[in-house]
Amino acid sequence: MNELLKILMFMVSCVLTHNFIFSRFLGNCPFLGVSNKVETAVGMGVAVTFVMALASLFTWLVYHLVLVKLGLRYLDTIAFILIIAGLVQFVEMFIKKSSPSLYKALGIYLPLITTNCAVLGVAVLNVSEGYNLLYSVLNGTFGALGFLLAIVLMAGVRERLETSDIPEPFRGFPICIIIAGLMSVAFMGFSGFGG
Amino acid sequence: MEKKQSLSGVFMNGVITENPTFRLVLGTCPTIAVTTNAVNGIGMGLAATFVLVGSNLVISLLRNFIPDKVRIPAFVVVICTFVTMVQMLLQAYVPVLYESLGLFIPLIVVNCIILARAEAFASKNAPLASVMDGLGMGLGFTAAITIIGCIRELFGSGSLFGLNIMGAGYQPMLILVLAPGGFIVFGLVLGIANIIMKRADAKKAAKEGAQA
Repeated sequence: MNELLKILMFMVSCVLTHNFIFSRFLGNCPFLGVSNKVETAVGMGVAVTFVMALASLFTWLVYHLVLVKLGLRYLDTIAFILIIAGLVQFVEMFIKKSSPSLYKALGIYLPLITTNCAVLGVAVLNVSEGYNLLYSVLNGTFGALGFLLAIVLMAGVRERLETSDIPEPFRGFPICIIIAGLMSVAFMGFSGFGG
Repeated sequence: MEKKQSLSGVFMNGVITENPTFRLVLGTCPTIAVTTNAVNGIGMGLAATFVLVGSNLVISLLRNFIPDKVRIPAFVVVICTFVTMVQMLLQAYVPVLYESLGLFIPLIVVNCIILARAEAFASKNAPLASVMDGLGMGLGFTAAITIIGCIRELFGSGSLFGLNIMGAGYQPMLILVLAPGGFIVFGLVLGIANIIMKRADAKKAAKEGAQA
């Protein structure tokens, strides 16, 4: 029971306290780039969640079963990025075959995930924090759900911004980044919550 | 792009005209994450510059050998090699910086500036020009994140490059060195940079108008 509670708290903290965007600063490029509309933001968030969960699983397995055994730890960055690139390609082909409608909806966002630093970030974090397989996958999945939450909230705000009167030099990126800062203040309220 | 662009022109293009942080808004993650003080900003900037120059050079030399279809994975492997080198060098010679940059050193691999320059410049231009482009872009990035680092350190902890300059009576604005401060300062600096750039453009246009 105690272990179960610990896992539950870990999940909550991944989404809120250690939010990838607001407290770890990972995945800011897609966060700013594709948060124009709620619809595309959801698509991006879901695709990232899918890839991050799988990436945590595979990078953990490769790191612990291959790289550590062979004494090739210094190759971890190269190995991780190749796994992620391969995985994204695979996921793209899989979705294309199995669900053309989802493929069409995600379309251009899929290949972009390779350069999302949250994906490589979670792989490196899992290793440096010494998580076991279960925690790594949970970290990937729920961390990505935190990303989904952040990008959807941001898209909601930005849809409203389009009709508001912003000083000209601050239009576009600057105001978005400042808003992200204010959202980050709100997320700080969760700190200490869930460990 | 013109064929006969001078090397200094390529260099200045990276530092000012197309500053990766202020004009292109690329590489936002390290910009926000590591700029809690000025030293971290410089360290991150120089590490990225090293990777950028190295990868631009190698990719430019190999540009006629890499098949178009697999160019992105090929670029990533080249970039990754240089990042691993930087990681080892920092760990060996400046362990303090290595500790404080932490996670963000391996993440230089997915810094969009580097892949973007490989794709947009190094894969189409001669080695020397590519090196200058890497140097310009890298130093432009370094300058930008050092400025942000200075602002955050000065107001957030009352010091600059680790030296206390605000005096003992200064009450630091703690929020600037915390997560939200990174976003807010970056947003404000970006807006101010837009104003300055616009003034400079207007002046240039007026000058050209007067000459004609």
